[in-house]
Amino acid sequence: MNIAVLLKQTFDTEAKISLAADGGIQSEGVNLIINPYDEFALEEALRLKEKAGSGEVVVVSAGGPRVGEALRTALATGADRAIHIEDPALDGADEFSVAAVLAAALKKGSFDLILAGWRAVDDGSGQVAIRVAELLDVPQVNVVTAVAVDDGRVTATMDIEGGCQVVEVPLPAVLTAQKGLNEPRYPSMRGIMQAKKKPLEHLALSDLDLAAGDTAPKTKLICHSLPAGRQAGRVIEGEAAEAVRELVRVLREEAKAI
Amino acid sequence: MDFSLGEEQELLRSTVRQFAEGEVGPLAAAMDEREEYDWDLWDKMAGMGLTGIPFPEQYGGAGMDNLSYAIAVEELSRVCASTGVLISAHTSLCCWPIYAYGTREQKEKYLVPLAEGALIGALGLTETGAGSDAGAVKLSARREGDGYVLNGTKIFITNAGRADTYVVIASTDPSRGHKGTSAFIVAKGTPGFTFGKKEHKMGIRASSTYELVFEECRISADQMLGADGSGFKIALATLDGGRIGIAAQALGIAQGALDQAVGYAKTREQFGQPVGRFQAVGWMLADAATRIQAARHLIYHAAWLKDQGQSYSKESAMAKLFASETAMWVTTKAVQIHGGYGYTREYPVERMMRDAKITEIYEGTSEIQRLVIQAALLR
Amino acid sequence: MSGGIWVIIETRDQKPKKIAYEMLSLARRIANQQGEEVAAVLLGSGLGECAVELGQYGADRVYLADDERLAAYTTLTYTKVLADLARAKSPRLVLSGYTVMGRDLMPRLAARLGTGLFTDCTGLELDGQELVFTRPVYAGKAYLRGAAVGTPALATIRPNVFGIQKTDTNRQAVVEPVPVDISSADLRQVIREVMCQVSARPELTEADIIVSGGRGLKGPENFQLLEGLADALGGAVGASRAAVDAGWIEHRFQVGQTGKTVSPVLYIACGISGAIQHLAGMGSSKCIVAINKDPEANIFKLADYGIVGDLFEVLPELTGVCRELKAQG
Repeated sequence: MNIAVLLKQTFDTEAKISLAADGGIQSEGVNLIINPYDEFALEEALRLKEKAGSGEVVVVSAGGPRVGEALRTALATGADRAIHIEDPALDGADEFSVAAVLAAALKKGSFDLILAGWRAVDDGSGQVAIRVAELLDVPQVNVVTAVAVDDGRVTATMDIEGGCQVVEVPLPAVLTAQKGLNEPRYPSMRGIMQAKKKPLEHLALSDLDLAAGDTAPKTKLICHSLPAGRQAGRVIEGEAAEAVRELVRVLREEAKAI
Repeated sequence: MDFSLGEEQELLRSTVRQFAEGEVGPLAAAMDEREEYDWDLWDKMAGMGLTGIPFPEQYGGAGMDNLSYAIAVEELSRVCASTGVLISAHTSLCCWPIYAYGTREQKEKYLVPLAEGALIGALGLTETGAGSDAGAVKLSARREGDGYVLNGTKIFITNAGRADTYVVIASTDPSRGHKGTSAFIVAKGTPGFTFGKKEHKMGIRASSTYELVFEECRISADQMLGADGSGFKIALATLDGGRIGIAAQALGIAQGALDQAVGYAKTREQFGQPVGRFQAVGWMLADAATRIQAARHLIYHAAWLKDQGQSYSKESAMAKLFASETAMWVTTKAVQIHGGYGYTREYPVERMMRDAKITEIYEGTSEIQRLVIQAALLR
Repeated sequence: MSGGIWVIIETRDQKPKKIAYEMLSLARRIANQQGEEVAAVLLGSGLGECAVELGQYGADRVYLADDERLAAYTTLTYTKVLADLARAKSPRLVLSGYTVMGRDLMPRLAARLGTGLFTDCTGLELDGQELVFTRPVYAGKAYLRGAAVGTPALATIRPNVFGIQKTDTNRQAVVEPVPVDISSADLRQVIREVMCQVSARPELTEADIIVSGGRGLKGPENFQLLEGLADALGGAVGASRAAVDAGWIEHRFQVGQTGKTVSPVLYIACGISGAIQHLAGMGSSKCIVAINKDPEANIFKLADYGIVGDLFEVLPELTGVCRELKAQG
């Protein structure tokens, strides 16, 4: 089974967010990690390939030089090959642009399945993988918590409001991973040693079948802002019974919440 | 001089840190409370290849260097000192002497499963009358037929009880003193080999520490490790390398405590500001960070020397001495910075302080380390 | 006629969901400033009846795609119908709820139309002639304001943020049937099974009141305390990551960065320390109450009201009082 995994490098979720001089988000000195949802995608890809007994897992990511670290980690975890798309023209790229680039890179190969996290923890937009599915004209199943592949078809369980549903689509398809899909493995020491011998291909836009207009963003950023701090409120004193009565009173009368 | 770590070492650090924070950290306090290790963690570490880091792949190891091993122990100890010493004692005190002195058969039979994590190892050296004076071991190995019979006890043995494989230093010829000692590999469950008292300790409480009791315990001649009479020499060489592991454990404890203290100092407010802004507290943090960095350089240098095949005895003694004293100092300050909260079980720093103390004592007390350094200087 | 603001009306049990009304009200407010038309877009089977009241909430027109094959949502069928309609009518703005359907549909539709999409919007307004979208990023630690390049602009709207205004009880929306041209390629997704969790409690992401528990609950059996309070208040039950990771409750109840994002009127956090990742999931709650025995817990820094105490004492008390209130009606 040939499986592509779309990877994004994001800020560590614990990172303190501040604004940079240009109105963007300050990225200096911030610890970067593989988007946690993409880890579920990578783990599922590895399991599916192991189960199939043959094929390869290729991780693909678009971004600046530090993306290489994320790709090496994915290789250490068990991926066979990595593709790093880097091009100054992608500065300020939005979801439309990134999807165009990833789809073009994927078209160079032949994949039975494409997996990605359902959203990235930085911008949390949740668009790119689905856009890629459309550009490749393959079906998708979003936010999956279970996957089974059999005879050219994939059956996936996805979350829906108030429950879940099982959807079946023919391969090739795009699946996006939700937490709970699996327990991602840690890279092993052996994997770390082998990672440096695995191929990591660098591509620029000129290596992909794309015209200039194909990647121009369809959204523009006006500015970032930090939320108004939520002020610490009132701690209600007293023994449990007393405090509770007062709490209920303020919730009714002041906050009008109940 | 290139001070940067290689890509593998950076990857190893981030991987072990992620594992430590995700899997070990959440269990550390409870394991300490119960004085009981969660052995599922061992299986996970074995799966990751953390149980034989510095040994060649042909022996089931990861084929990495001693610096990588030190980094792994540091990262584990940062969240749980008991886990740090589990790996360190297993790797340096049991796997290593078999790697360095074992026959091909012994390596196949013991080192491979040990490095793979199928077996857990321990070193049985210390006795009631033989602590710093390691040559004074009295555990006797009486030659009988084509084997030996062991009689005596060992105390304070790390990993004992749970460990499967024990490298034990015994006296084969009491008349020759330490030159009449030999090393043996003994398996748990051998008739005549039992465990005595479980030690209830100040710190590293989840580390399994027991007495080893040998009563007419028969072993075969091919269980001798190295040459007859080289027991003391093997023990000393083993402890030389063990120092790097313990130094790394101490470094990890200190770093973990500093991280906690910095986090606390940034958020705890008194007199209208975060306490980290007060010079008294800030300077404690500055001094702690400086000492930790110095310890780190000493350890990495000692590991580097060992990897280069150069002598590292003095440097590893310096590293162990300095890192352990740093751990004790930093953890004490960390509790101080936390104030009353630092004294309670709600916060991890009291455990880190209790854990730090042993690093000044085991695998060669600070006093012994000073003797080693003194001897090297006055040669 | 080109232009116009479209609202995709998501339904449940043949009735529009609350978010649909929220979006209609929002669309109406914007449309009024520009003299634009508001069109509700209704896809499904047998939905003719609910088209009527959509006018009262601000729709001038209802595009109705009524077809058996649209009875249950699937990506490709809905994308096809909507893309065909959008190409024919050229709307300026298309809104959907940031729901399971919205998250699945709108990126696909945006890609098919080659246009931009802002997801999980908590703000949408006109700045002169330009539509400005506001959405949270970095788990709500920052906000992004942006605008679309070209038309249509697509956006998914976070539920429970925008208010509902019933504007005009007399407004009659024009119902315009829409052709449904679906091929076999659009039917590649097959729903094999739908498993519902049977619960009388509201869905977490739609609830007005949420009672949530964390590590302080100490064990799975104690979630009963939360359930009692949730039922007394007619709310939903939530949990922090610590409780989910400990195996005390299923992941679908998790609120936080790697769980659900909720925006209730009242969020009661019991035994939850308030780690940043949890706050990311509930920080936009209108009123936050914290019950925790640790006075230094981070959650008190942003709770509107707090009780420092033993939740095993406080929760039963609180449940008792709320039950009394409920009984009084």
